[in-house]
Amino acid sequence: MTTKRIVLSGAAMLISAIVLAAAAQRLLQPKYMSDVVEGNLIADYYESNYTHDVLFVGDCEVYENVSPVRLWEQYGIPSYIRGSAQQLIWQSYYLLEDALRYETPKVVFFNVLSMKYDTPQNEAYNRMSLEGMKWSPSKVHAIQASMTEEENFASYVFPILRYHSRWSELTADDFRYYFGVEPNFFSGYYLRADVKSAENVPTGRPLEDYGFGDVCWEYLDKMRMLCEEKGVKLVLMKAPSLYPYWYDEWNEQIVAYAEQHGLVYINFLEEKLLAQTGIDFATDTYDAGLHLNVYGAEKLSDWLGAYMQEQYALSDRRGDAALDAYWAEIAERYDAELARQLQNLEQYGSIHEPETT
Amino acid sequence: MLFTSGAFLVGLPILCIVYFVIPQRFRWMLLLAASYGFYACSGLENLLFILTTTISTYLLTCAMERIADQRKETLAANKSVWSRDEKKAYKEQMQKKRFWLLVCCLLLNFGILAVLKYGAFTLRNINSIAGWFGQGDVFAVPQLLLPMGISFYTFQTMGYAIDVYWEKYACEKNPARLALFVSFFPQLIQGPISRYDQLAQGLFAGNGFQAGRVLFGTQRILWGYLKKMVLADRILPAVTTLISDPAQYDGVYAFIGILYYTLNLYADFTGGIDITIGIGQVLGIPMAENFERPFFSKNITEYWRRWHITLGTWFKDYLFYPISVCAPMLNLSKWSRKTLGKTIGKYVPVYAATLIVWFTTGLWHGAAWNFIVWGLMNAVIILISERLTPLYDRFHKRFAWSNTHAYGGFQALRTTLLMGCLRMFDCYRDVPLTFRMFGSMFTKGNFSVLWDGSLLELSLSVSDYIVLAVGMVLLFVASMLGRKGSVRQRILEKSPVLSCAMTVALFLIVLIFGAYGIGYDSSQFIYNQF
Repeated sequence: MTTKRIVLSGAAMLISAIVLAAAAQRLLQPKYMSDVVEGNLIADYYESNYTHDVLFVGDCEVYENVSPVRLWEQYGIPSYIRGSAQQLIWQSYYLLEDALRYETPKVVFFNVLSMKYDTPQNEAYNRMSLEGMKWSPSKVHAIQASMTEEENFASYVFPILRYHSRWSELTADDFRYYFGVEPNFFSGYYLRADVKSAENVPTGRPLEDYGFGDVCWEYLDKMRMLCEEKGVKLVLMKAPSLYPYWYDEWNEQIVAYAEQHGLVYINFLEEKLLAQTGIDFATDTYDAGLHLNVYGAEKLSDWLGAYMQEQYALSDRRGDAALDAYWAEIAERYDAELARQLQNLEQYGSIHEPETT
Repeated sequence: MLFTSGAFLVGLPILCIVYFVIPQRFRWMLLLAASYGFYACSGLENLLFILTTTISTYLLTCAMERIADQRKETLAANKSVWSRDEKKAYKEQMQKKRFWLLVCCLLLNFGILAVLKYGAFTLRNINSIAGWFGQGDVFAVPQLLLPMGISFYTFQTMGYAIDVYWEKYACEKNPARLALFVSFFPQLIQGPISRYDQLAQGLFAGNGFQAGRVLFGTQRILWGYLKKMVLADRILPAVTTLISDPAQYDGVYAFIGILYYTLNLYADFTGGIDITIGIGQVLGIPMAENFERPFFSKNITEYWRRWHITLGTWFKDYLFYPISVCAPMLNLSKWSRKTLGKTIGKYVPVYAATLIVWFTTGLWHGAAWNFIVWGLMNAVIILISERLTPLYDRFHKRFAWSNTHAYGGFQALRTTLLMGCLRMFDCYRDVPLTFRMFGSMFTKGNFSVLWDGSLLELSLSVSDYIVLAVGMVLLFVASMLGRKGSVRQRILEKSPVLSCAMTVALFLIVLIFGAYGIGYDSSQFIYNQF
């Protein structure tokens, strides 16, 4: 065998192995199209070709509680939610850093619930928050900061190392969405139309230590300085979710921080603000107070839209043909999804269609 | 560092590339550096022990060689001057010096092994004996460090020292080269226990890149990973479940445990050896085979000729033969023939030597009574089998069907099950419990676990069973094909494209079906513990 043939054979073998492994990886990675759909939230951001005046950053208390479609339709404010399930503060920071590579919004809202976590929590949530990010130094740092002890960096670079055992759990979705998933979010918003009223919400158990971890303060500082550097207004918010419990001691620390650094902090759990938004936990939540449903999210968005126009003089961008068309498409999907869920609720008592066997 | 660790999987290809790129004369030095780096990963303090073994063996074997050289020169100089008796006396005198040097070397190095591996076991037993006499603990039992692969490298190095003593070959003059022979990284984890004259040539030749060899080596490595990661690590949780709760998992479960552990041990050990030999093949360093289709053995003696071959031959060459011809054994032979008669008396020394070898083999596997009993049980079965050989021969002559393939298959299955039963001592690590569990297989009668879904509650799903079944078929087919020579060679000769495709397929099988990552506990190689 000549050297040339050896090199060619070796290269062919190597390329075949890589291509086939990549193909297998694509098949084995979760598609997040049914059951847990939140896994597609982060990647969805890169599908947007238009910039946003407002970004919301945080966990489920933003991606389920604020409706960007409503903000657009009512106030002409283009916005996006860079949120994911149990998104930790350092993940929010790196996701914001990543977003600021593409655009410079006027206002960034950060939901402060994640201040309660100062250590990596859960591999599954890490995956949903990080795998959808495009590769950049922000993603590398986010992974390094988020990994639990059982995780390793290589499995983020080569997800097949994590998902190889899914071969026995493959479903029709894995083949159907092999070449790409369908959008099931609305500018980062996860729409829920069902209702489960909040009753007997437990109060929080006393904690040994109410102080937020140093690492959380460090990332909040970094987020603040990043916004200052980019000329973006940072607003701290606590979404109107009744659970996980938001302690007064926690609230006081955020109030103090906001005062110290001249930031606005809006706690929607305050009775006055709750009354202003009009949120009714008998009808506006789908899981007994953890998250708002679409009716609650739209009420909160109405308040936010008015507030932002007043405080930050955000202009009404409606009338821009390209933006109108872009948001019309999202709104159309939004309305269709709402209609689908309502029909399912009426027909099956659940927003989901019954599983077919 | 494990063969399955990320650092190893990344480091190995890099090492291979660098090995082929650097000048030939530096290649063995790279291997030495890599081997020490690999060993240091198991704990820097471990280096002290392997260095002690290397340096002591180097100094003492060189001293032995110097005496041998001096003897040759003196004898040559006095060839015509000394009488035959004078020459003989001189030879004996010099040989005695060499003998004591060897004894020093063996005592020091086996002493280190004995203290580290068997010290706590010995003290615990002394305390137990003291307890029988109403005494409290005589000694505090320390937790001693057990350096990785110490049994393997000590046996390999002492084999070398004995060979030098026997003047089978000259000693290695370069201490760094000897250090590489002792520490060569692929075989540190679980062997094979190499002989210097077989390993040295490849180790120091610095062979260059050769496509066919690299391809074969890669295939052997991947085949090893397939055994280890797809089969051994997949069935390991079930084995652990069955062993960890004997009260719940007795009867048929114990029998299932035998089968599972047999597969687990075989796939784990042979997989590790395949990786080791494959690495050697890629680098152009041939290493001794350690297995030859052991489950095709028709009896236990044959099984031990095919399983862990290098350990068996080590014991045969360096323990069985020497003690068979040593003075006390010859005296025992004379005494037994005289006392018990020629027919029975001639067996006494053979039986004694066999029992000593198997006692030591058991002890080599671990410092615990279960291993010792396991070793002695092997010896007893082997000796009984040998005594019954004439009966078997008559049986085979009388019944023609006993020479068919089907009967051969039955014999292989019987041997496999027998070895599996003996391995229960290894599983349960408790002699009385092992006997109880063995007994429960015949008394419990819980056969329904075979079909009532209980087997799916042993940390194995249906898909796991499918993978295991397909993997076992693959192993069986490969073993059958391997009887007619190298499967890889035949495939390459038939079609280079098919050979490359097989390599890619093996890679993908390990990648997808391997039991690794979150949800799986990547286990150490079982023989790494010995």
